[in-house]
Amino acid sequence: MNSYYLSHLKQLEAEAIHIIRETVAQVDKPVLLFSGGKDSIVMAHLARKAFYPARIPFPLLHVDTGHNFPEAIEFRDNMVKEINANLIVGLVQDSIDKGTAIEEKGPNPSRNRLQSVTLMEAFDEYKWDAAFGGARRDEEKARAKERIFSHRDEFGTWDPKNQRPELWSLYNGKKDTDDHFRVFPISNWTEMDVWQYIKLEGIELPSIYFSHEREVVLRDNVLLAKNDFITLSEDEAYEKRIIRYRTLGDMTCTGAVASDASTLDDIIQEVASARVTERGGRADDKRSEAAMEERKKEGYF
Amino acid sequence: MSNTIDNQAYLNMDLLRFTTAGSVDDGKSTLIGRLLYDSKSIFEDQMEALEKSSKQKGQDDVDLSLLTDGLKAEREQGITIDVAYRYFATPKRKFIIADTPGHIQYTRNMVTGASTANLAIILIDARHGVIEQTMRHSFIASLLQIKHIVVCVNKMDLVDYSQEAFEKIKEEYKKFSSRLDVPDIRFIPISALKGDNVVDKSEKMDWYEGSTLLYTLENVKIGNDLNFMDARFPVQYVIRPQIDEFRDFRGYAGRVEGGVFKAGDEVTILPSGFSSKIKTVELNGEAIEEAYPPMSVTMTLEDDIDVSRGDMIVKPNNQPESIQDVDIKICWLSNSPLKVGGKYALKHTTKDVRSSVKEILYKVDINTLHKIEDDKEVKLNDIARIRVRTNAPLFADSYSKNRQTGSVILIDEHTHETVAAGMIM
Repeated sequence: MNSYYLSHLKQLEAEAIHIIRETVAQVDKPVLLFSGGKDSIVMAHLARKAFYPARIPFPLLHVDTGHNFPEAIEFRDNMVKEINANLIVGLVQDSIDKGTAIEEKGPNPSRNRLQSVTLMEAFDEYKWDAAFGGARRDEEKARAKERIFSHRDEFGTWDPKNQRPELWSLYNGKKDTDDHFRVFPISNWTEMDVWQYIKLEGIELPSIYFSHEREVVLRDNVLLAKNDFITLSEDEAYEKRIIRYRTLGDMTCTGAVASDASTLDDIIQEVASARVTERGGRADDKRSEAAMEERKKEGYF
Repeated sequence: MSNTIDNQAYLNMDLLRFTTAGSVDDGKSTLIGRLLYDSKSIFEDQMEALEKSSKQKGQDDVDLSLLTDGLKAEREQGITIDVAYRYFATPKRKFIIADTPGHIQYTRNMVTGASTANLAIILIDARHGVIEQTMRHSFIASLLQIKHIVVCVNKMDLVDYSQEAFEKIKEEYKKFSSRLDVPDIRFIPISALKGDNVVDKSEKMDWYEGSTLLYTLENVKIGNDLNFMDARFPVQYVIRPQIDEFRDFRGYAGRVEGGVFKAGDEVTILPSGFSSKIKTVELNGEAIEEAYPPMSVTMTLEDDIDVSRGDMIVKPNNQPESIQDVDIKICWLSNSPLKVGGKYALKHTTKDVRSSVKEILYKVDINTLHKIEDDKEVKLNDIARIRVRTNAPLFADSYSKNRQTGSVILIDEHTHETVAAGMIM
């Protein structure tokens, strides 16, 4: 080891900042897709570091399904104020009201898939040409094959068989007028890297990542929080459990884990000993083996 | 990975990027599956999904290769389409695997995977020995200046773990590897299927005294693979806050691609040739004592001079070449052939220029490394040496001196596709 040594986390940070700057320099109107989850919070943190002391030179877009955890929305609004960022909220409800998106039926209707519609509508309205996402390649098999600069046509479609080769760290930002890019600066991070980085940098997170008591129902092996959007069947009942969340999605499909991890250190130990992937609790991914791939082809991030 | 984690150790962990190459059915996916499985990087739900898919396909054992085949089309056809990236960590290092398929578009994919790798694993089927693809993969690793090759002789279980078989393949490989420009080549006899010498030492091959594959990956020294000598800072973006508190702030954002920069250093800006001194090296408002590859930082200068994206900050006594006639070795990545006289957009560090192809000097037979002088049509997956003329100078080093300031991509101006990967000679 020589004296010019950079730890893997610092290398990942440097890579992400390089990608964020490369995007801003090459496109006209980028936007950061901000879900309010830990990965997008880390993304906002990296964007802040990349351009300090200037403000983040692009808005944050939250595609709001209306099924969010209230704690996540509260956190989002506070954070945006604190870092003086520009937040745009796209409401899935608006797309439903307009008739461009149609609500699923059944005992736990998910609005996950509908996000793609609202997202593309926001793209049409604001004419963004690049969208940053906090997706990581370790999350899911289809994501493992997606480029960092992922080229999308005017419909937002991902064509896995026809991706541009990505060499060294030379990111090709050229495109036709109506096309855009999805850019994934933390592609090479793992769940553990994200948690370690959050601790290293002292990044604040919504409270529901930490253990708390909540009313939940066990459905298809997923612990769902009590909320107004799901209907219980006759043999289901809510019960109080000590839980936390590993990922933040809609209340209708994001599963909690039984956990008493109340600090970042506890969570890191829990992640280290976890035997299920973090998306293992996502009912939306369980629908079929190729669920994510299909959604991505439709324009999902 | 053990079930508890030492935080401090995790923060000090090193990063190794490697690429895996092999031909069809030599067990590459199984090897990766094995590394992930034995290092406990496979989770229960992934394992359950694997068991389910294996059963559906009528296989008795869990098929570890299914773990790496990500797309629906691949699972249906049992093939791998594209470069996939995998991650695992041991208490010593974090690993990024660029998993490249061995068959279709092999060169294109392998070049892509190899461009960011510190190390290449070359797989050889113990029953078949060195084949054309083994040589091709090794040449590509050498061409991309990968400094470490680990040759894994796989499926040792199918040749009765025979030392003789292993030694024979080693000799065969050494016969042609003298032509490679790779300083560190090692050989390991393994069985990815049974797990011999992958993570755990094989009990069936006590004649092998070397280390296991995982131990090798954890301990190979990569600290000197970057260039810490020749200071290069391509400017990515100029930060101008436009807020009262930082009204006069002009920060140059970029990644250090070579050498070391610190406050007080005399610097020269290219192409203007103006000199100045570094006032601060910082990130997020925090001073950085020394900036070196591959750090992303923001620099400010003592003098108010015009610096923009595509410029390069260097040291006065150590400057890259400023060239407009560029001699490059390329790998052609597009279905439409290279056109002599054709115009292509060229990207080099943070600089975008236009280029025109002046001449195809020769093609390279990737199976033998011999020059081909009579056929000059450069098609998909071809390697060739060409000369281009750019409309503005590049501040370039040779690829062998610096992978970042020595590499370019060519982009079709109409389709915007990346059509070539180029290494400056």
